[in-house]
Amino acid sequence: MGVTQILFWFLSAMAIGSAIMVITAKNPVHSVLFLIVTFFAISGHYILLNAQFLAIVNIIVYAGAIMVLFLFVVMLMNLNANAEPIKNRTMQFAGIIAGGCLFLVLTAAINKAGNVSSPVQLNVGDYGLIKNLGKTLFNDFVLPFEISSVLFLSAMIGAVVMGKKEE
Amino acid sequence: MLLALDFALILEKLVLILIVVMASLGIAMYTTFAERKVAAILQDRRGPNRAGPFGLLQPLADGLKLFFKEEIIPNLSNKFLFILGPSLAMMTAMMTSAVIPWGDKVHLFGRDIALQIANIDVGILFVFGVVSMGVYGIMIGSWASNNKYSLMGGLRAASQIISYELAMGISLIALIMVTGNLGLKEMVVQQQNGWWNIAKQPLGFLIFLVCSFAECNRTPFDLPEAENELIGGYHTEYSSMKLGFYLFAEYINMFVSSVIMATLFFGGYDCPFVDESAISQGWAAILGVSVLMAKVVAFLFFFMWVRWTIPRFRYDQLMRLGWKILIPLALFNMLVTGAVILYFNK
Amino acid sequence: MQALTNKAQQVDRRPMNLLERMYLPTIIKGMAITFSHIFKKKPTINYPEKTRPFSPVFRGLHILNRDEEGRENCTACGLCAVACPAEAITMEAAERKDGEENLYKEEKYAAKYEINMLRCIFCGLCEEACPKDAIYLSETFAPADYQRKQFIYKKEEMLIPHPINEPEAYAKARGNKVVTSQ
Repeated sequence: MGVTQILFWFLSAMAIGSAIMVITAKNPVHSVLFLIVTFFAISGHYILLNAQFLAIVNIIVYAGAIMVLFLFVVMLMNLNANAEPIKNRTMQFAGIIAGGCLFLVLTAAINKAGNVSSPVQLNVGDYGLIKNLGKTLFNDFVLPFEISSVLFLSAMIGAVVMGKKEE
Repeated sequence: MLLALDFALILEKLVLILIVVMASLGIAMYTTFAERKVAAILQDRRGPNRAGPFGLLQPLADGLKLFFKEEIIPNLSNKFLFILGPSLAMMTAMMTSAVIPWGDKVHLFGRDIALQIANIDVGILFVFGVVSMGVYGIMIGSWASNNKYSLMGGLRAASQIISYELAMGISLIALIMVTGNLGLKEMVVQQQNGWWNIAKQPLGFLIFLVCSFAECNRTPFDLPEAENELIGGYHTEYSSMKLGFYLFAEYINMFVSSVIMATLFFGGYDCPFVDESAISQGWAAILGVSVLMAKVVAFLFFFMWVRWTIPRFRYDQLMRLGWKILIPLALFNMLVTGAVILYFNK
Repeated sequence: MQALTNKAQQVDRRPMNLLERMYLPTIIKGMAITFSHIFKKKPTINYPEKTRPFSPVFRGLHILNRDEEGRENCTACGLCAVACPAEAITMEAAERKDGEENLYKEEKYAAKYEINMLRCIFCGLCEEACPKDAIYLSETFAPADYQRKQFIYKKEEMLIPHPINEPEAYAKARGNKVVTSQ
């Protein structure tokens, strides 16, 4: 077992463990912090795949900006363990069903992908490097890329319109 | 193999990391001294001059004082997060220096040693990511102290850093469009062979400068620790070396952002009007490091000079400047840069 | 309203123009001002090494005077105690015995003379009230101490050194004080 493999298992355990902690932690601030740890673990996986750009963008956008806003809101509303609303049985039951379905779909997808014996392609390929990624994005996937940028722009304009005071 | 073990390489990098960390700590220490001295000189005072010749041992005395202070952890605080806060602040401040090229190669013990800990593909984005992490140290510490003033400081820090990060990122995009790559080392080499980036991106530099003041929580943007409204801001409840870590992290951040600005816009370790390839490699490395340090000192002085000139912004003014002025300005800068590049490349 | 000086300036309340709203010119102006202070002379005096010269009219610690032959001037008339607005001065009079003519100038002298420096306001009225030029305020100030009782100065602490036996100390205590002979 090489260093890469050890790192892979370590990061996987970290990601899954902290993801479980996100939903089990009583304190919402702890949940958010565990979610940040999860993002870091996932970024670690990206680095193992030699996808430096994705890793760092994951950190900047998710861990660095979105989670700061999450933390901001949770801290500002001063949520704590007691403030958690009591869910009724039906909601819990529906949650279990939905989660189970998602789990089933994921398992099926992984099963279908085949070649489970080597779960990740470690250290091979340099598609994650910026130059290759940029070339791929702007040549092969230029239409989806531009469409998503239009989507972002419309979302931005929507936010500005909603944020503007009513005259 | 990416992670193949090369012990000589690991040893080399470890020594380099040790040197960089020690140097940043030492420089941060003397930056606190310089801050007091510069403040004094700008205000027609003398500044600390009692400890050692010209007061040069003052930072040691300050550090010793912080060490001997009583360590207080508030009773109703979250103990783990209370300790994690300053550690995170310090760690993120230190981590940024990993991708900075301090100089060209040196030839030692039969090896070519690059004076850069890691020349990674995403270079400046790494710096950006780590800097965006820096706010967690402040937020976690402020929340864990279980104090309203601290929390206010932490929330201010979060909203301020998020607002200014956007403008900073967009101004960086314009710079990246000019340079064509993200690696800091490549940028320096590019600037050695041509113009410094400040000539190509003056507006971008201005936006970056203002934003780095905000990211370092320096006056005029030191709202998170505005002592006359928030007592001490996010570090109200902290004492002893944990407080020292927060204060120190601020100075290390200042140092690192000075290095980044020097590298991105002022040629890094490039000495103007000197052809580095003409002199021997060792001397070129020494010259490079000292030139970079000179630029850094100039920036640090600028940071202090601004601090003792411009009063603190009001919170709504800070937000207005960030969202309504700097971001549109950065977008405009990016558009103009794109248009110019398109025109010349046609 | 008539202005007292011509320094008054009307506050400009016009809305800022574009150049002013950009802030940068004013910021640069401010930076230039602070930068120019680097080259200004620093008014600070390095205190323990250097001290500020006293003005000749400085009113500091009291000194009980002697005449040229070294006899105490004070006759314990109590005028200074009466004049003192802070009531800091107390004294006890005694009669001069035979053979003490070289110690005291007049037949009556102050056996005990105390000034409470914590009460004293250093107004100098005692000096003005004294008909014998026996007390004056010198160009020093009371040093700090740990105990209140140390601030009640006795006669021995305030008496000027003997002009014939210790001329240097006398001259030093005398300082720049203009000697007014009566």
